[in-house]
Amino acid sequence: MDSLYFLIPIAILFIGLAVKLFFWAVNSGQYDDLETEGRRILFDDDESGVDVPEQDERDD
Amino acid sequence: MSSTACYHCGLPVPAGSNFSVRIGGVERPMCCPGCEAVAGAIVAGGLDNFYRYRDSRNERPEEVPPEDRWAAYDLAEVQRQYVRPFGDDDRQLASLLIGGISCAACVWLIEKHLGQLEGVDKVSVNANTQRAQVCFDPSAIRPSQLFAELARIGYRPAPATSANSEDLIQREQRAALRRLGVAGLGTMQVMMFAVALYFGASSGIETELQSYLRWVSLLVATPVVFFAARPFFSAAWRSLRGRSLSMDVPVSLAIGLAYVASFYATVFETGEVYFESISMFTFFLLLGRTVEMRARHRAGLASGGLAQLLPLTATKVEKGEENSVPVAALAAGDTILLRPGDTIPADGEVIEGESGVDESLLSGESAPRQKSPGSTVYAGSVNSDSSLLVRVTAAGQATRLSAIERLVERAQLEKPRQVALADRVAGWFVGLVLVAALTAFAFWWHLDAERAFWVALSVLVVTCPCALSLATPAAVAAATLRLQQIGLLVAAGNLLETLPRITRVVFDKTGTLTRGEPHITQIELLRDGWTEQRVKDCAAALESHSNHPLARAFRAWRGNLGASELRLHTGQGVEGVVDGERLRLGRADFAVQPTGAAAPEIPAAEGQWLLLADTEGPVAWIALGDSLRPSARGAVARLQAEGLHTELLSGDQSAEVARLAAAAGIRDFRAGASPEDKLAHLQQLQRRGDKVLMVGDGLNDVPVLSGADASVAMLSAADLAQSRADAILLNGDLMVLPDAIALARKCRRIVRQNLTWALGYNALALPLAVCGLVPPWAAAIGMSASSLIVVLNALRLSRSRVGKRPVGNLLPTGQVSSGLISRG
Repeated sequence: MDSLYFLIPIAILFIGLAVKLFFWAVNSGQYDDLETEGRRILFDDDESGVDVPEQDERDD
Repeated sequence: MSSTACYHCGLPVPAGSNFSVRIGGVERPMCCPGCEAVAGAIVAGGLDNFYRYRDSRNERPEEVPPEDRWAAYDLAEVQRQYVRPFGDDDRQLASLLIGGISCAACVWLIEKHLGQLEGVDKVSVNANTQRAQVCFDPSAIRPSQLFAELARIGYRPAPATSANSEDLIQREQRAALRRLGVAGLGTMQVMMFAVALYFGASSGIETELQSYLRWVSLLVATPVVFFAARPFFSAAWRSLRGRSLSMDVPVSLAIGLAYVASFYATVFETGEVYFESISMFTFFLLLGRTVEMRARHRAGLASGGLAQLLPLTATKVEKGEENSVPVAALAAGDTILLRPGDTIPADGEVIEGESGVDESLLSGESAPRQKSPGSTVYAGSVNSDSSLLVRVTAAGQATRLSAIERLVERAQLEKPRQVALADRVAGWFVGLVLVAALTAFAFWWHLDAERAFWVALSVLVVTCPCALSLATPAAVAAATLRLQQIGLLVAAGNLLETLPRITRVVFDKTGTLTRGEPHITQIELLRDGWTEQRVKDCAAALESHSNHPLARAFRAWRGNLGASELRLHTGQGVEGVVDGERLRLGRADFAVQPTGAAAPEIPAAEGQWLLLADTEGPVAWIALGDSLRPSARGAVARLQAEGLHTELLSGDQSAEVARLAAAAGIRDFRAGASPEDKLAHLQQLQRRGDKVLMVGDGLNDVPVLSGADASVAMLSAADLAQSRADAILLNGDLMVLPDAIALARKCRRIVRQNLTWALGYNALALPLAVCGLVPPWAAAIGMSASSLIVVLNALRLSRSRVGKRPVGNLLPTGQVSSGLISRG
């Protein structure tokens, strides 16, 4: 059981990282439009020349 | 009616119509020149993949407006409202509100199409908020070209001037998501520790390890309480300062006290901890609120407000000179020129010219009003057939349009408010729990002072209002999502509580019960050798340059024949040469005028009759009318079968109202009602004790929509109507209404089950806790389990199959199955 004293803090560290990552994702607008982004990947199959505009980047 | 559907918008293609576009190598039928032009533009841009990607039909586009329609958006003072500098170089960023986005493929299409334009750097479209950000180089492209291109591929662009409220909404949504994320991640972790503690409690655990697990639980639960649950604390504080007890008060009390008790227990290694219950409870509550908030925002964002109904510029005539001026600069006394197709920017009096004016936006009347010198025109109506010179009598806030907006505000103030069931329960629940806790404390103080604090605390924790406060939001969130799936976007949270109580459904006519567009209902041939098809083709050719609303009925056959020497006779009809024959179409006396013959008698059948005549005399009668939505009759029948009164309330004065009411199966109808009349009638009904559901679409319906107990606007409705309604009907299928009412009844039933369960659980747990009989681990499990049961029960709503079977245990038996009509 001693390993718990070591593993749980690591787990908590990971949660901290996950929360930070999630905040970054929310703040950069990745969750602003839940319907479109999930399907966007399906659309650009045979068009390679034009690059896809990024989702809104002008965030504060 | 033909069985082929338009490939672009899905509406049926009328027989004899010859529009088509070659898409992906196959010739696809189109119903009208508008669809053909839009589909053609999409294919020409190499974006025909759009049709493979989309998963819903497009809106039927208006006919592509002329390029100069958008010229006003290039004016510097107008650009200031929606364009701002972006980045270091000369790039600019335009915020646009785009109407007609129906699915993710639309986003793809818009981004691709605009992205191909010279001078456009970057496009990002948000389907949720219906907004686009376009980064462009002003030296290479003008903003008006962006508008024109959007219109060309079938969308309705407008400048997004209310950017501030959008930012606010975005901030609110992101904050809610962050809170939800923290609560969710925290819950998962604390749950894991809690399982270890549960096992420890049953099979033994080292004290040291137990204390360690409690400390890490505390560490993880702390941000959940102080960050994620903060909105509940601030709402409870607001409610207390307002001297009322909303549901937020017991929620905060539960979270706060359970946290303090657990904290105390952890630090002093005594008692029991409830960190997992607090976290899970916070997470579920936040989830419910976030779903509700997103639905509300989506409906609110679609609206650009009243001002969008007015044009941005007007043509002012001063000393014989025509100048384009911003509408905001107009004042009473100015003279303005209105060309055919212009939207009238201010109230005024006609001083020169004669023309039909479409006032349907204000009055709901379908036929245009004939205006001549001396008559009054209103801001927001549309000049249809010829130019008018108008002296402005009222502009800006003084117009009748603004008066309607004020009427709306008043109606909203007077709207019957309804306190959420849970909030009504909350008041006495809090009181009861506090009294019980104090009593237990006082009682145990005399019996065993050591235990008094812990017993009082366990009373508070055991009676945690988790299940009680989750009962409503969980069910409402599930029902809201389900309604959105069947095509009703719920904007107001209390709609689901109001719907089951509705006793009367009031419909508007134009655009609600009907499609809102004139159709040819009947053709009566008066001459041998002519076919119905030839009559339609000739009429379409004659009307091809007309802005008159009735001309839309002939759109489908336009281009089959060509016409020349077209002349418009205001208020009477059109004249032109088709295939070498001089034809007239319009009022009977006008059509036969050149022959000198007497006009034939108008057929007795309903509808608006136009006469087609050549130089020898009458050729055919054409009846125009607005046709019922296919779902109207079935929906009305089902509503009536469920014991609801139905009523038709229209601003239209014609006999059409009675005809359509009969066709839809509605017995009560009222014609010629102004917006004020409609509101007065509604309030009279409400005084009589009726709970009214109003279904409408026009601007003239907005006051009633705002004043009704519940209201539903059509997706094609005026923006203002959409923003003031409690819900928006997304697909125009009226059958959704009875389904929604059935679902709302089911939702109410589930809320009641949840409340019964929650109160029952508390009623059982409270006496046991007061007697000091509840072991702490049982309290913790009971708390979590009662919340989970409530949430799972609510989730049944999201799978419910509405409309397929009778959902009517609240109705007298026998009434239920009789009127159910299966959906086609």
